[in-house]
Amino acid sequence: MSKHTLSVLVENKPGVLARIASLFSRRGFNIDSLAVGPTEYPAVSRMTVVVDVEDSPLEQVTKQLNKLVNVIKIVELEPTQSVQRELLLLKVRTDNETRPHILQTVELFRAKVIDVAADAVTIEATGSPDKLDALLRVLEPYGIRELVQSGVVAVGRGARSITDRTLRPLDRLDRTA
Amino acid sequence: MVQERRDDATTMTGAASLIRSLEEAGVDTVFGIPGGAILPAYDPIFDSQQIRHILVRHEQGAGHAAEGYALATGKVGVCIATSGPGATNLVTPIADAYMDSVPMVAITGQVATAAIGTDAFQEADIRGITMPITKHNYLVTDPAEIPRTVAEAFHIASTGRPGPVLVDVAKDAMQMTTTFDWPAMLDMPGYHPTTRPHAKQIREAARLIVTSKRPVLYVGGGVLRARAWAELRELAELAGLPVVTTLTARGAFPDSHPQHLGMPGMHGTVAAVTSLQKSDLIIALGARFDDRVTGKLSSFAPGATVVHADIDPAEISKNRVADVPIVGDCKEVISDLITAVRAEHTAGRQGDHAGWWSQLNQWLDRYPLGFTAPEGDELAPQHVIDRLGKIAGPDALYVAGVGQHQMWASQFISYEKPGTWLNSGGLGTMGFAVPAAMGAKVGKPDSTVWAIDGDGCFQMTNQELATCAIEGIPIKVAVINNASLGMVRQWQTLFYNKRYSNTDLHSQRIPDFAKLAEAYGCVGLRCDKADDVDATIEKAMAVDDRPVVVDFGVHRDAMVWPMVAAGTSNDEIQIAKGMAPDWDRSEEE
Repeated sequence: MSKHTLSVLVENKPGVLARIASLFSRRGFNIDSLAVGPTEYPAVSRMTVVVDVEDSPLEQVTKQLNKLVNVIKIVELEPTQSVQRELLLLKVRTDNETRPHILQTVELFRAKVIDVAADAVTIEATGSPDKLDALLRVLEPYGIRELVQSGVVAVGRGARSITDRTLRPLDRLDRTA
Repeated sequence: MVQERRDDATTMTGAASLIRSLEEAGVDTVFGIPGGAILPAYDPIFDSQQIRHILVRHEQGAGHAAEGYALATGKVGVCIATSGPGATNLVTPIADAYMDSVPMVAITGQVATAAIGTDAFQEADIRGITMPITKHNYLVTDPAEIPRTVAEAFHIASTGRPGPVLVDVAKDAMQMTTTFDWPAMLDMPGYHPTTRPHAKQIREAARLIVTSKRPVLYVGGGVLRARAWAELRELAELAGLPVVTTLTARGAFPDSHPQHLGMPGMHGTVAAVTSLQKSDLIIALGARFDDRVTGKLSSFAPGATVVHADIDPAEISKNRVADVPIVGDCKEVISDLITAVRAEHTAGRQGDHAGWWSQLNQWLDRYPLGFTAPEGDELAPQHVIDRLGKIAGPDALYVAGVGQHQMWASQFISYEKPGTWLNSGGLGTMGFAVPAAMGAKVGKPDSTVWAIDGDGCFQMTNQELATCAIEGIPIKVAVINNASLGMVRQWQTLFYNKRYSNTDLHSQRIPDFAKLAEAYGCVGLRCDKADDVDATIEKAMAVDDRPVVVDFGVHRDAMVWPMVAAGTSNDEIQIAKGMAPDWDRSEEE
């Protein structure tokens, strides 16, 4: 198995997320992570789906996704040709002795402390999944009280945009959205 | 899709807008049952001059009737039901239409918008429930959205790979006042079916056709959906190709045509199954390499190069990897193939399939379809179906349920014309026959429509005989009554050591099908002797003012042959229990 990152442009309509999630489950494909949000076009949302499949089932995934009426476009983002980021919020147990070590780690990883209590700090970190894994490994010994993580979002490198050609005809949709 | 706007916007209720939208979409018949949530729509239906509403007895009947209507006419079939149980009763026919790519629009009432999500009386999330079994579906809560949604639903159901579309309309949206505004244009940025095939792929396919030694045209239901039977015949005759037609494609190529090898698959002919196995080129047209056709996939047609043409890109290389994938509408694909094969011929490249044909003809001669008559005076089910086909002829429509009778009906009736064979292929829905025959008869009132049903299937949906009798839909039903769930019993005979667990229906005793028919206002006939078969069928053929049900009491140990057991290779086809074709002999000669 190998991980593939798909950027899926969908019409911003009710039920679209359910359609996509149910398609994955019905066809027996595993979603590793999923993130949904708006794009520069109000009528269009963008989903970033990380799937764990071989190449030929991946072809089935994209073909089946393309059959959904609300799916406009699917692009696979190659890891070397794209930037991929996750957001991590993390509550770590601290005391006066461990706090300096933790703050140092936060700095090394270019993360941020966003909340401080007597016995815990809450850290915000963004980065590639690998970087966040590394941060977690370092902080784990101090005691992780709570962890919440977003799905991966990804964008291709360079000036080209996957929304360029597809979405220009959609401009008219914006008026009705 | 651009449609002419016929009228200026006018003010009306959402319900009137819904019915007006159906009229604009060209609907002339809907099958349905009213109930609380859909009730507003039934008021304007009452006044419609264009739409005939046929009140069925169960929503499943409405769904299969819509399918039968669609299959017989090529138009979109329409069914209508209320919320909750009305809608969930449509689930089976919707799934059936999805599996067999039948164009259908299902309209359901939903509880009022404010009640959605509160577990209100007769509330079911039918949009959520039908997501995986519809091509697309909608929940409409804004009455202004009704015309556009209906227009989109019909467009999606009937274009590309056809399929069912469900439109769920909240009750309050039907009660509110709105403006009716039929859309001049539909805006679906994510829906663009590819119909034009790629020229390079077509040329490659044509080259393979003339250079292959053992080609086979593997024809699926997509050819019927694309109405491409004339083109298919032209291509087959032009290139001298053998043809196999799958269960959903029977009738796409005349059975009497010398190039027709029959049906492939689990109960296909030896010639059809074996031709695919031994072929060096399969040209799949609107077919999907279903497990009932391929048998054990890894051993299917090991030496074949595959050209796979389908309008649905997701079918190509889903089960069997295609060497030449062609995405397009079968009518355009086959037309282009004809031109490309002609160009090959003009360039002096004629295919040489003489050796292949001599082999195929041997298989056809040596292993024709047949059956052994039971000992004593019991009736052979195959004989009944064979006679029915001969007497009713090639212009009649034959509609089957699912099981042994369906397989015999696919084998022993000679289908000469497209659209004369209707059945539930992919989903395998027992109970399909009676309501689908009803829908077919409504669509083709001048044709004789025979439902060929089993006694198990018949008991699942025969309540629609009441609809047929009251609405003047004189279908004919042949119940092939072996008093058991015959196909399951056959598997128990072959694979479960003759332990007949729960397959005995006792239906030669209870119910009395002839009396049941009479109770429903139909003519009820019975026949259990071979000598009486013709006279009984002729008697049924003579009735034209009422439905007829003929209870044929048949031998219960009859089995469907040939057979490729589930999960085994097509090479292991058996022509009777424990009997494989004599390959050595046929290959030596």
